[in-house]
Amino acid sequence: MNTIPLEHYLFVAAALFCIGLAITITKRHFIGMLLGIELMLNAVNINLIAFSRYDPEKLSGQLFALFVIVVAAAEVTVALAIILRVFGHYNTVDPDKVSDLKK
Amino acid sequence: MEAAAFYSFSILAIASALFILFSRNLIYGAFALFLAFLGVAALYVLAGADFLAVTQIMVYVGGILVLLIFGIMLTQKANNNTVSDTPNKVEVLPSREIAGFLAGSGLFVFLGYIILDARFAMQGEVISSNSTIRTIGVELMTSHLLPFEIAAILLLVALVGAAYLALNRNPAQ
Repeated sequence: MNTIPLEHYLFVAAALFCIGLAITITKRHFIGMLLGIELMLNAVNINLIAFSRYDPEKLSGQLFALFVIVVAAAEVTVALAIILRVFGHYNTVDPDKVSDLKK
Repeated sequence: MEAAAFYSFSILAIASALFILFSRNLIYGAFALFLAFLGVAALYVLAGADFLAVTQIMVYVGGILVLLIFGIMLTQKANNNTVSDTPNKVEVLPSREIAGFLAGSGLFVFLGYIILDARFAMQGEVISSNSTIRTIGVELMTSHLLPFEIAAILLLVALVGAAYLALNRNPAQ
């Protein structure tokens, strides 16, 4: 078991992180940016879990990944509530058009 | 066998991530994100993290993705005259596309250089037990008790904050 070298996990995680970053930059939609951020958080979790394979007594990496998942869930709920408020106020989801604090 | 599973799930995750990047339809992107999360959960299983894989599926696929799809549907333009041809369309500026491509590929080259350059010397034993649930439970209740309680308070605060923010405070109604 566990014949896959650590570097391959790290490469998959790096690829997912960079694709998530590109999604966050290119999409002109708040929820599109949120999709990219979720993908980046997942890529970070792959790193933590891949290193945690070599720590079977304490599993610090897996516990850290668990807390990352909790924080990601909290972040998404608050971000979606803010996006819905912004959409109700400005009637747009384009981050470039939301440039005033008050309309 | 394990290597074949690892590479096929990695390709699944990366291909669906690339689909989100190039898709102009946000709903398709959200469903591709579902596939990417499943691929990542399979990678967790292959790395010996069975509890984390189940948590990933329950929290991300069952909670976060449903919320995101609700968000996409609730932020549709009601008076959209150019409907039905391209629903859920996301505009992408060419300059933004170039910036995203440069940032993404540049960071990937940088990270790849670091990964290849660093010789990670692993000295612990590789996970051999069948399940990690017991270890995670014992650790959460002993040495990680304070982060556990803080996470609980964070979730409560996020719940209250999201409910307050999403509340309709329009005085006209």
